[in-house]
Amino acid sequence: MDSTKPLVIAVTGLNAIDSPGPGVAVIRALRDGFGSNIRIIGLSYETLEPGIYLHDVVDKTYQIPYPSAGIDALSSRLQYIHAKENLQLLIPNFDAELYNFIKLGPTLKNMGISTFLPTMEQFEARDKINLYQFGQKHGLSVPEDRAIYSVHDLYTCAEKLGYPLVVKGKFYDAIVAYTMEQAQKAFHKLSAKWGFPIIVQQFISGTEINVAVLGDGNGNAISIIPMRKLYITDKGKAWAGITLEDDTLIELAKTFVAATKWKGGCELEIMRTATGQPFIMEINPRFPAWIYLTAASGQNQPAALAKMALGETLEPFTTYTSGKIFIRYAWDHITDISEFQQISGLGEL
Amino acid sequence: MNLKKNIATSEAGFIFNPSTGDSFSANPMAAEILMHIKQGISIEAIKKIVLEKYDVDASQLDRDWDDFTIQLKEGNLLEN
Repeated sequence: MDSTKPLVIAVTGLNAIDSPGPGVAVIRALRDGFGSNIRIIGLSYETLEPGIYLHDVVDKTYQIPYPSAGIDALSSRLQYIHAKENLQLLIPNFDAELYNFIKLGPTLKNMGISTFLPTMEQFEARDKINLYQFGQKHGLSVPEDRAIYSVHDLYTCAEKLGYPLVVKGKFYDAIVAYTMEQAQKAFHKLSAKWGFPIIVQQFISGTEINVAVLGDGNGNAISIIPMRKLYITDKGKAWAGITLEDDTLIELAKTFVAATKWKGGCELEIMRTATGQPFIMEINPRFPAWIYLTAASGQNQPAALAKMALGETLEPFTTYTSGKIFIRYAWDHITDISEFQQISGLGEL
Repeated sequence: MNLKKNIATSEAGFIFNPSTGDSFSANPMAAEILMHIKQGISIEAIKKIVLEKYDVDASQLDRDWDDFTIQLKEGNLLEN
């Protein structure tokens, strides 16, 4: 790599909104890790993703087709962008787009664009639909669940799992139902929004903890940062959080990475019961939106991922600072209609 | 009675448990006692210090001490 030329990294997930994508936080961490010799190419889906207009965060943004448009459309668009920008690394940050990017991995590699993503097998094993079996296989505590396609199946779920039930959409959203009527309402709402199956999960009460994890693909956890949510929005997102020092959580994450040989970033969503038992509620196959906290506490996961993607071998981090707090805030960024017009009309800004 | 090793306390009475992320505010009296506990001073010696320094009788101190201990346990701040 020519050290005089900036490292060019493409990043998705620029929607820094109330349910934020991780892109802006990933870029902030990359800029911390690589300094000024870096060029960030934003990849956006919608015209009002705030990151598009934050020019000290993103150097240039290109719109890309929605995942539903398919792999060929994405490949074609990336070839156009690559011809202009000479991308060296691409970091996707949305669950829904990962399937296409994983499939495109070999093509991107041939183009000279590195990625650092889980395999399709790893990606699918931790899917909500397979999570309980995944936990059983690897000795991880995961609440029991059922994937259902008919509202009538809720009766069996209630009988087997007891109330309250957690009714979850295929991709996003979860509703806690205390009665059959609430469960049925949640079933219809979530199936209309996300399709089938609906996942019905045993309710676990406790403290919500998330763990940001970076695996090297060989079974080693390069970085593990546990965070307790201090302030939770009505969408269940952490609006403030604090890093924790807890060997149980670290060991849980190590077990997960060793069992799966996970490659790339991910987030374990944990519920820790009053007795201290950690249950894995979900595994998100990408960095979380609070990922900058890993850099702030001493383990810059996005920068470490970028280095590994570009061929470096890293030793696992061994220390971080507990008690580091992030507090998210809202800020009215001002732009001009000319910029909105450019991204809307030309698909780049 | 031992505080967990990783519990952080300040002279101002702020208590932080890095394992759970919980934080607490102690009043000046509790903060002083916590400092003594962290220094490894025995319960009997701490009670003696308090009795000599403040206008409180032994039975009242014992009742308050029991209450204080319950709060520390509830806060998950004590070694088992």
